Amino acid sequence: MHPAAIDWTIMGVYFAFVLGIGAALKRHMRTSTDYFLSGRAIPAWITGLAFISANLGAQEVIGMAASGAKYGMATSHFYWVGAIPAMVFLGIFMMPFYYGSRARSVPEYLKLRFDEKTRGLNAISFAVMTVFSSGISMYAMALLLKLLLGWDFTTSILLSALIVLVYIFLGGLTSAIYNEVLQFFLIVFGFAPLVFLGLEDVGGWHGLVAGLRQVAVSRGFAPDAWTSTWSVMSRPSSNPMGVEWISIAMGLGFVLSFGYWCTDFLVVQRALAAHSMAAARRTPLIAAVPKMLFPFLVILPGMIAIASTLHGGASGLALPHKADGALNYDMVIPLMLGHYFPSGMLGLGLTALMASFMTGMAGNVTAFNTVWTYDIYQAYIRHGASDRHYLNMGRIATVAGIGLSIAAAYAANRFNNIMDLLQLLFAFVNAPLFATFLLGMFCKRTSGHGAFFGLLAGTAAAAMHHGLTLPAGSATGIQGGWIAVLHLYPSQMAQNFWTAIYAFGVCFLVTVAVSAVTRPRAQEDLKGLVYSLTPRLRAAAGERWYARPAVLGACVLAGAIVLNFIFR
Amino acid sequence: MGLDIRIPIGSLFVILGALLAGYGLLGNPTIYQRSLGIDINLWWGAVLLAFGMAMLALAWRAARAREPALA
Repeated sequence: MHPAAIDWTIMGVYFAFVLGIGAALKRHMRTSTDYFLSGRAIPAWITGLAFISANLGAQEVIGMAASGAKYGMATSHFYWVGAIPAMVFLGIFMMPFYYGSRARSVPEYLKLRFDEKTRGLNAISFAVMTVFSSGISMYAMALLLKLLLGWDFTTSILLSALIVLVYIFLGGLTSAIYNEVLQFFLIVFGFAPLVFLGLEDVGGWHGLVAGLRQVAVSRGFAPDAWTSTWSVMSRPSSNPMGVEWISIAMGLGFVLSFGYWCTDFLVVQRALAAHSMAAARRTPLIAAVPKMLFPFLVILPGMIAIASTLHGGASGLALPHKADGALNYDMVIPLMLGHYFPSGMLGLGLTALMASFMTGMAGNVTAFNTVWTYDIYQAYIRHGASDRHYLNMGRIATVAGIGLSIAAAYAANRFNNIMDLLQLLFAFVNAPLFATFLLGMFCKRTSGHGAFFGLLAGTAAAAMHHGLTLPAGSATGIQGGWIAVLHLYPSQMAQNFWTAIYAFGVCFLVTVAVSAVTRPRAQEDLKGLVYSLTPRLRAAAGERWYARPAVLGACVLAGAIVLNFIFR
Repeated sequence: MGLDIRIPIGSLFVILGALLAGYGLLGNPTIYQRSLGIDINLWWGAVLLAFGMAMLALAWRAARAREPALA
């Protein structure tokens, strides 16, 4: 790939704006609330777009395109089943407690609802996770830039770290949110023409379907395996994902999806920055609208690429092979950028890709600096200092967080297995979380001891399940079966979904059991934190009926159901 | 929040749109073989330009609506 002067100009203009926004916001950062929560003053459409953009990191874009090629249309389960219902639940049922309790972070909510040890467990594991996620994002970006543009690993890392550092250091969460909105539009405008040109190339939608039928048949599946979502989910062997509908609905749609969207501070933080309760509740609902349409932006390219590679597109787009002979699915987006975009558009596409890597890092860094400052530093290291002190601590945490991410990126580069191992550990820690929040928000009897030991037991159950099962055709070790192989799953995805289901189930049962024999908190301490002890929210004065969360939520859910039905 | 985000978004896309459309109009037309013969820079540049101007128009309208309140 050889970008021309026009491409570099486009990248330069974008990064000038990114830094300019940070600089322009600096004078608005007077208190720690400004810095960590944007002064709780942002309108819903902005927090909504930031909410979705914080999740639209480059790994998401590249990974979903790769899954589109590997699994076809069924990848949209990660959107229409694995995201929309949870986002609606967050907006309608959970946001009143997050926003209403004035908790400044998700771990702080756990402190208010349960106790110090539950908060500490969540805060520390979350802080470690964000630093590594941001490092992995940096590492992936450096690898891609090396491949596409021939940039040196260290140069890419330091340059991206510097840009993210400057704009968060200056403008805090507001800067991160504004840049996420900018990146949202950049991604949409950068990738939409890619889908258009790709579809043109394979002969439109009908040409694509015809090509994918051949792909499916050549791999031994029913002809519609790459173009349908539910009708091929009756058995694991009838679809390329190797899963059946129950693990999609329970593992992905319920446990994993609700666990991520409803409890991950990285996304919830965007809603907490909204200017009112109504705006906070609308945040995930507004975000759900573009989320519902993203499959057409990020999954379709993968489907186009595989159809073109195996069936022969008019212009000869073909995925490269990896060293072991398998198709390199991760190259879908970079390959198509280089294949279809002339100089000019190429600059826009590359900018969109780099922007999404950087917002992926920035989202983690803003979540890290907040959790570190409020939930670790203020809680355990220095209590009761001035607000000025915590604002400065936030800036120091930003620098330190980025420094640690750089270290994590180098660690990933040196020892690839360590990163796989860490991601596995994070999955164990995250899997049971939703059970804790569900019981905490909707059952006043749930006690702090119950929550804490439930979380530990759920994490242990996830690890045990992973250690006792193995995806078919894998070696024991990091893939599973490191205790003994009691059960073989048809695919790694099936194993992941069932790990989550077991973790959730064990956490739920242990939390209930321990809560039954320990004392709950006094009811007056739980007002605003638990459903049955919180007065119902009335519609805000002057709120138009179509802007009410329940109406918006119902419309969004209906949209997701229609999409599931059309592409069944 | 002090800074209306529609101003930087609008300005960025106006500049990017003008750059792309201008390049599509004046640049070497042989590069469009890869985009299936479509001058994608010109067309998509025009779309970005229109989007950017719409964002600026919204920001301008909001600023005008705020002004009487200040006076």
